[in-house]
Amino acid sequence: MDADIFLILLQDGVVNGAIYALLALSLVLVFAVTRVIFIPQGEFVAFGALSYATLDLGRTPRSIWLLLALGAAATVCGLWTQRRTLNRTALAMLLSETAVFPLAVAGLVLWLAPLKLGVAVEAILALAIVTPMGLLIYRVAFQPLAEASVLVLLIAAVGVHLALVGLGLVFFGPEGSRATAFSSANFTLGPLSVPGQALWILGFTALLIVGLYLFFGFTLHGKALRATAVNRLGARLVGIPTADAGRIAFGLAGFIGALSGVLIAPLTTVYYDSGFLIGLKGFVAAIVGGLVSYPIAATAAIAVGCVESFASFWASAFKEVIVFSVIVPVLLWLSLRSGAPAEEE
Amino acid sequence: MAEAFLEVENLNTYYGDSHILKDLSFKIRRGETVALLGRNGVGKTTTLKSIVGWVPPRSGRVSFEGRNVTGQEMMKNARLGISLVPEERRIFTNLTVFENLKLATVTAQKPGWSLQDVYDHFPRLQERATNKGDEISGGEKQMLAIARALVQDTKLLLLDEPTEGLAPLIVREVEAIIREIKSKGMTILLVEQNFYSALAVADRCYIIDQGTIKFEGTPDQLRGNTEVLSRYLHV
Ligand SMILES: Nc1ncnc2c1ncn2[C@@H]1O[C@H](COP(=O)(O)OP(=O)(O)OP(=O)(O)O)[C@@H](O)[C@H]1O
Ligand SMILES: [Mg+2]
Repeated sequence: MDADIFLILLQDGVVNGAIYALLALSLVLVFAVTRVIFIPQGEFVAFGALSYATLDLGRTPRSIWLLLALGAAATVCGLWTQRRTLNRTALAMLLSETAVFPLAVAGLVLWLAPLKLGVAVEAILALAIVTPMGLLIYRVAFQPLAEASVLVLLIAAVGVHLALVGLGLVFFGPEGSRATAFSSANFTLGPLSVPGQALWILGFTALLIVGLYLFFGFTLHGKALRATAVNRLGARLVGIPTADAGRIAFGLAGFIGALSGVLIAPLTTVYYDSGFLIGLKGFVAAIVGGLVSYPIAATAAIAVGCVESFASFWASAFKEVIVFSVIVPVLLWLSLRSGAPAEEE
Repeated sequence: MAEAFLEVENLNTYYGDSHILKDLSFKIRRGETVALLGRNGVGKTTTLKSIVGWVPPRSGRVSFEGRNVTGQEMMKNARLGISLVPEERRIFTNLTVFENLKLATVTAQKPGWSLQDVYDHFPRLQERATNKGDEISGGEKQMLAIARALVQDTKLLLLDEPTEGLAPLIVREVEAIIREIKSKGMTILLVEQNFYSALAVADRCYIIDQGTIKFEGTPDQLRGNTEVLSRYLHV
């Protein structure tokens, strides 16, 4: 292999790795706050990519109907779980989140989609469709199980994953889609030809990582989220609703997944079930970080991207096998080290 | 007896198969400071945890201001104004003293003490405002845990061994704070091993043994009852 090929593979690896890093951060976040190992993370990527690609063609993505269906399910769940405590404000908050907002997004999409207002508007619409799905799924599937064990939550997560893949097939059909890039610019850097889209990906990843760092490191809200994650009992003692923290975490997970999808839509053809493999690679990185460390997870994600890209050069048929084998020694090492981090005492 | 502020009736609480609280009943009136005394492992902490819903009782009833709150979620009880300061304090160690207080303030249903009130009564907390929860002493953690309850609109303060493990000087400081809070009209249920400390502030006391109340009376009645003292408290 010569240096040029090495650099090209490296570039590929870093760009893919950036996407995995976003997903890994989201997985760590969701696990830290809710103890859910969020297997369906990848579905948001697929839904984000497919919604964006459909909007890009000037058509209305059918994911808005999925959003409305999830909203209806969440309304019913919310009414049932809060049946004893529901007052006017709680009802208004519930309905604005599960009914008014999804309806508004659907209306906006129906109105704007045929107008083809350009990539920026289309990307924002795709994000607006998929982001709230995270929140609604939390309400339907995970909030009622908040006190369950990690294993039960994992089983629920697998169930949600299977359901979403099925719904993905129903709503998007079996064909793959690809969208136009945010910019057609191409930069030459020595032997490398860097597509503008790669820079968008790296830029958004950096922006999101910095944003999350500032939010969790410096705002009271972000710090409260972290605090409640490690000290659930302390939170309940002072009346902090841990369900709000869960909703924020899942909302962010929806957003990060959707954004990843919009970012990769111009680079690869995405199918309704493409999300799983992409999410799994983010998951590998999150596991390397023990599901607790953001910096280790992000670094590991870049490494996973690079392993994948080099593996596809040397042994493309075994690319996935090689990527997922990497996790075995890591799991061994983690299990040999001291046990999992317990709740703060 | 005037209408009870907190009424606990025939509580039965279990950890798995072990029956800890056995038909436990007692009452607290508004504005009273009541001490719950007893030897190690008799169920004092379990009583507090049953009241706030941390360990929901299997049977019995807890009413607060006439409202049935038995086994209700801890968070909801906190919002009704029942605040437990547990033995292990459970402040947020990754937040500063100030952030701990601020967070309690913004999540309160109704405001209680202002931050300035807190700093006036706990000057140590003001000095340590920018230190993280794991960078302060045990006594300061205890003060922070109490202060955190005060900035919320706490109506009933449940304190589990607030002076445990503290140096004598700090013990006196914490006692002074409890007396101060009491003088402002707070209703307090105080669990203590430190019998003298508890009797110094309590209006009434209960002794618990093997999960049931064995004695009820004023501190003077208890001081005069050597049989009860030696039998249940080994003093
Ligand atoms: N989580 C638990 N699981 C099982 N048993 C428990 C648990 N917590 C306490 N116990 C048992 O319940 C009994 C009562 O415990 P509790 O903590 O209420 O006692 P206590 O009166 O507060 O004692 P101390 O003065 O030592 O704090 C003890 O025998 C204890 O061993
Ligand atoms: Mg105890």
